[in-house]
Amino acid sequence: MKMSNLRMSCHPERSKGPAFRRDVRHSPRRWLEAAVLALAVVVFMGAGDDSARFKDLGHRMMCACGCGQILLECNHVGCTYSDKMRNELLAALDKGNSNNDDLILQGFVQEYGPTVIAAPTAAGFDRVAWIMPFLVLALGIAFAVHIVRSWKNRPEPALADGIVIPNGSELEEFRRKARKETGL
Amino acid sequence: MSQIGSFALMLALGLSAYCFVAGFLALFSRSAASARLGETARRAGIATFAAVLLAGIVLVLAAFNDDFSIAYIFHHSNRDLPAAYKFAVLWSGQEGSLLFWSLLLAGYGFVLRLRYKTDQRLFAYASVIIASVQVFFLLILNFAAHPFAIMEGGLPPDGTGLNPLLQYPEMVIHPPMLYLGYVGFTVPFAFALGALIMKYPGEKWIHITRRWTMVTWCFLTIGVFLGAHWAYAVLGWGGYWGWDPVENASLMPWLTGTAFLHSVMMQEKRGMLKVWNMSLIFATFLLSMLGTFLTRSGVISSVHAFAQSSIGTWFLVFIGLTLAVCTFFLVANRDHLKSEHKLESLASRESSFLFNNLLLLVVCFTILWGTFFPILSEFVQGHKVTVGPPFFNRVAIPVALLLLLLTAVGPLLAWRKTSIGSLKRNFLFPAIGSVAVGGMMILFGVRPWEDPSYFYATMAAILSALVVFTVISEFLRGGRVIAGKSGQNLFAAMIQLYHRNTRRYGGYIVHFGVALVIIGILGTPFNKDVEKEMGFGDKINIGPYTLVCQSYTQDDNPNYGNEWAIINVFRDGKQITTMYPERRFYKASGQPQTLPRIYPSFREDLFLVTDVYLVYEGKNETTGRPIIKAHLNPLVPWIWIGLIVMVFGTITALVPNAVPVRVTAATPAREPAQVGAGD
Repeated sequence: MKMSNLRMSCHPERSKGPAFRRDVRHSPRRWLEAAVLALAVVVFMGAGDDSARFKDLGHRMMCACGCGQILLECNHVGCTYSDKMRNELLAALDKGNSNNDDLILQGFVQEYGPTVIAAPTAAGFDRVAWIMPFLVLALGIAFAVHIVRSWKNRPEPALADGIVIPNGSELEEFRRKARKETGL
Repeated sequence: MSQIGSFALMLALGLSAYCFVAGFLALFSRSAASARLGETARRAGIATFAAVLLAGIVLVLAAFNDDFSIAYIFHHSNRDLPAAYKFAVLWSGQEGSLLFWSLLLAGYGFVLRLRYKTDQRLFAYASVIIASVQVFFLLILNFAAHPFAIMEGGLPPDGTGLNPLLQYPEMVIHPPMLYLGYVGFTVPFAFALGALIMKYPGEKWIHITRRWTMVTWCFLTIGVFLGAHWAYAVLGWGGYWGWDPVENASLMPWLTGTAFLHSVMMQEKRGMLKVWNMSLIFATFLLSMLGTFLTRSGVISSVHAFAQSSIGTWFLVFIGLTLAVCTFFLVANRDHLKSEHKLESLASRESSFLFNNLLLLVVCFTILWGTFFPILSEFVQGHKVTVGPPFFNRVAIPVALLLLLLTAVGPLLAWRKTSIGSLKRNFLFPAIGSVAVGGMMILFGVRPWEDPSYFYATMAAILSALVVFTVISEFLRGGRVIAGKSGQNLFAAMIQLYHRNTRRYGGYIVHFGVALVIIGILGTPFNKDVEKEMGFGDKINIGPYTLVCQSYTQDDNPNYGNEWAIINVFRDGKQITTMYPERRFYKASGQPQTLPRIYPSFREDLFLVTDVYLVYEGKNETTGRPIIKAHLNPLVPWIWIGLIVMVFGTITALVPNAVPVRVTAATPAREPAQVGAGD
């Protein structure tokens, strides 16, 4: 519904001249609409058929046999879990009321324990797993920028001990001696 | 035989302990006899190698003689094991691989102690530090994981055999390569710590260790990739990297070692990042140890790990002690590590190295974090969670893409300062080329906006192309200048260009190899697979290929019985090859094993080469019909080609320059030179 509304509102504008297009290109409303459209595309992109959901969910779980492989990639000889789990996943998808992927995953967690999920969830302490690398990246960038700045502002290295650059009257004294010694 | 081995190990412990203690006393004693004491320590270090080598030879001979009175031989060999795998028994189990670790370390120490005249005092420090690591491993071998332990009870008639997964030709060379890398980092670590303790003036220790570090890095690279290839060719799941903790353990020191190889150039050229470089090489050594700890302690569950044992505690103590010593000397001698120059511009080679290091370390941290998070989770929440491929792919890939961008841009930046004009000039051709590659991908049907994995694949393709075009443009630009002056043809001029600065252009070849590896990886989202029960004449259609089952056949040898499927592969109605996916049953261990077969389609698609990958999965228990799983893995062969290019690049970077390179730090700031702006 929303998408079709957006599409309708787009079409009349296409027929107008370049001047109008220039105006609407900078319109915040148009940007907002475009963002909503893009979001809708992303949201609806994943809502494919059951085989896509099967593939997606099967790659979000581990085989429970302990082989350390993703459920749909477990192929080790004589595995007593992977076929059973795949069938359970298919059965869960076949149930018309199982439209919620999280609900299906939760069912597997109850049966096989939390280690069946292939990656930490986005809830509770598990969130720390996701946040930490990006936090370290942000801190690292901030640190690197700080270092670069401090390097740029650092004075040139000091001269060796005993060497002092003369100035003003001291320099004049050197100049006088030089004139005298070179006879100028 | 076991007594000889045990004696050799005890002797090696005594000699290495003497090398450590006498070497230490000689370094810090002011007496006249200290030089002689130091010499005895050096010779004891050399003799340690002979003793450990003897122990290694005894273990291999025991495997060849089927001496099942030794528990290790009983558990890792059997009478009908082929000779190559009997040799590989040395590194196939916990105790043997620790002996192999110790042997390689003794070998590195042997070479180092023979070359001591380069700088006697620095080498003496390095020798003592290596001896301390050697003592640690020999203590474990003698008291915690003895490879010559005797079987209890009667003498068994045959051994239980080598793990079937390890009975593959690559397993004969993969562990030695990996261990040469792991162990090899002990040498630059020892030199770095020695230089720090003695407040070694200048950067000579870096020049001394440069080749050690590069050779070690090359071994580790080969080891990591051979491990990936083994996983691809043996495990039969169609992939090569599963983010397993043990795989991660090999990648972490590789990442910090790579960071060190880059940032150390800043210290050589500009006298900068001294503390950082020390920290990096310390981290690399500690991560090598951590990897060894991970595979042997049982703290992390992994299909690659050795059996759970008590030696994890030994490693934890050693890692803790090493960390404490390194931190102490870093803090105590920090004045010695002051930077000599300042950064003049953000658009400079220095800052690109700084950010390259940052990104490499963030990837390394992500892997370390993900590997240990299950333990942390258990501690905090009371239950373990799995941190598998989805986590690593989502977190590490974006950072790796940024790193790839820097790999492309970095070589275009000059030391000290790069003007915007020169950056634009150098960047134009590679940028146009890489954008064209992205456009072609979209033209050929890749829709980056449809799926995050397609987006990453497109970005990786664009950035890899950027790296490739940057390397080509650097060679072309330099070659043209030389050709213009000397009248040579362009190719000869580029060869001469390389000889003028082998390290720089060898490094570019390594970058080129990295880009090829990334190109190989970016095919992953486009993988396809089909699984089907196949009787005679049955077909599988996958991509442009049709697979027809011709027949099945069996064979038998003393080590295993096997069954092959005979699959004809057709493309456009024409048969292009026949493949024989195999399933084995090992008699000694009683374990089954599938062996996939791989056909890379170089003859059909040179650049868009695809692996046809067939696995004979077994038989359906109810119907009795064989099951074949077919994978189509685009671009994967480029990964292995990329490895060859990386190794070639490293070897070329090790060749001495034909003409000495000018030190750019001594030249005033100006527009970057067209040729040889420095490394």
